[in-house]
Amino acid sequence: MTLKSLTRAWEPMSYGFLDGSAKREIRRKMLKAIAVPGCQIPYASREVPMARGWGTGGLQISCTLIHPAMRIKVIDQGADDSVNAASIRNFLARVSGAPVTMDTLQADLIQSRHRIPEERLRADQILVLQVPNPEPLRSVQPNMSIARQMHADADYGRMWLQLYEQIVRSGRVMQGASYPSLVNGRFVMTPSPIPRWDVPKLNMAQHLTILSAGREKRLYAVPPFTRVAPLVFDDVPYRVEDHGHLTCQRSGAAGYFMNEIPQADGTSTFEVSDSELGVKTIRKAEGAPAHIGRTWYENGRLVQ
Amino acid sequence: MTLTLDTPQLVKTQPLLVARNVSKSYGAVHALRDVSAVVYPGEVLGIVGESGSGKSTFLRCLNLEETPDSGSYTLDLPDVQGNLFDLDRYARRMLCATRIGIVYQNPHLGLLMHHSSSGNVAERLLVAGERRFAVLRDKASAALDASEFPLDRMDAPPVELSGGMQQRVQLAKAIALEPALLLLDEPTTGLDVSVQALVLDTLKRLQQDRRITMVIVSHDLGVIRTLSDRVMVMRRGQVVETGLADQVFQDPQHAYTQQLVHAKL
Repeated sequence: MTLKSLTRAWEPMSYGFLDGSAKREIRRKMLKAIAVPGCQIPYASREVPMARGWGTGGLQISCTLIHPAMRIKVIDQGADDSVNAASIRNFLARVSGAPVTMDTLQADLIQSRHRIPEERLRADQILVLQVPNPEPLRSVQPNMSIARQMHADADYGRMWLQLYEQIVRSGRVMQGASYPSLVNGRFVMTPSPIPRWDVPKLNMAQHLTILSAGREKRLYAVPPFTRVAPLVFDDVPYRVEDHGHLTCQRSGAAGYFMNEIPQADGTSTFEVSDSELGVKTIRKAEGAPAHIGRTWYENGRLVQ
Repeated sequence: MTLTLDTPQLVKTQPLLVARNVSKSYGAVHALRDVSAVVYPGEVLGIVGESGSGKSTFLRCLNLEETPDSGSYTLDLPDVQGNLFDLDRYARRMLCATRIGIVYQNPHLGLLMHHSSSGNVAERLLVAGERRFAVLRDKASAALDASEFPLDRMDAPPVELSGGMQQRVQLAKAIALEPALLLLDEPTTGLDVSVQALVLDTLKRLQQDRRITMVIVSHDLGVIRTLSDRVMVMRRGQVVETGLADQVFQDPQHAYTQQLVHAKL
């Protein structure tokens, strides 16, 4: 037996940036997360060439899942062309050789910060959401050991109390993003800071969603066809943002989640948040070939 | 000829609470040594003793916050069986949330000081599974009203309330689910005499109206005498005397009880 026979051959670079053992560990944790929907699974978050808090959790999941035949789409607050989205997309393409796309329908792997695309995702697509703070109980229980016990006991009274307090003080639920949601009737998760508009898209969705927080070293998942129910009182219905009647001033798309652009005269104009949907709408209006898939919302109303 | 008398039938009453030989040590300190207590439905048991006598530890054991080293504890309630000290954390939490109410001496232990007072009461209902906002509001206001809390302040956070008001919020929270057992740990300590009297009046009225079974712990003999049917005197982790309240206060048998009563007088 020689020393050479006991060691592996030197490789100049791991495929997809992460080394084999890191990927193996993250895959195991992903499988565990899929087996127990909504349950936060700790993992050994690795260093990646990006600062913590800029999507390192999502990037590690993408690096683990990626292969050259996959098409990657990266979005940041709905936009494909933001600096952060472009940097992550370029990085993933560089370390994997996988082709990139901005079209939701063509993508196999979609890494997103704070939005779910407006076009419906299919069963063969995977959505990776970047999560800054994975613990929904943090605002009501700063002690994480106790918070974990509360998850184990399904002790979510304080979460409901938070909603009660918001209604008492403001007359309505004020939680805008990261709306606490019950997954598969068991674990309350924060669906990352997606707007309330996007939360219903996770319910009984065909696609797999993996949520990962690199800084907090936690990942969790919503497997296909899993119930995701935002916490609501029986007599206070869940409300999404009132964007159904708004029209995008650039593309003319209407009935989708919009970005508000304040104007100098105090008014606001609106642009569709899903930038690729806006581009497709413009192309279609100009007669260029563009296929807009079936969307979650039609005319501002959620379609089941 | 036999004369049949229409004698009233005596109904045998089961005690609601039976605690037997409860012992608890913290290192070398024996906080409780074989403490036993029986409380019947609708009865008020007062536990009195000097600081460090183990009365609050015993109350925490009854609230399942502490697990004693030995002893048993049963409650005669539907679906509640066996020694409660053997329950797991989840079962303890659900039992305490739904069947046992507690009022602490320190409101910070029992209340979320920066949430609304109604929210503090509603939390208990939420833990029990109530998910209708309107019902939560109604039940919270009813419980606060029963505790004689001014309803125009029901959404004020306890941190903005006086000590007496905070105790009323605690009391409302404790009775919101109409518990089978209400535990009171020095509920009037730290309040001035006039507020003490108001809180005691509220407790007495609640006890009379709802026949809530109570265990009240206090070092104040006046409080115990006002509220209790029976009294248990504790010293150094042991029960030294027990009896009807009048009997214990009028004719104390144990030297320590005599000292206590005379010190009060």
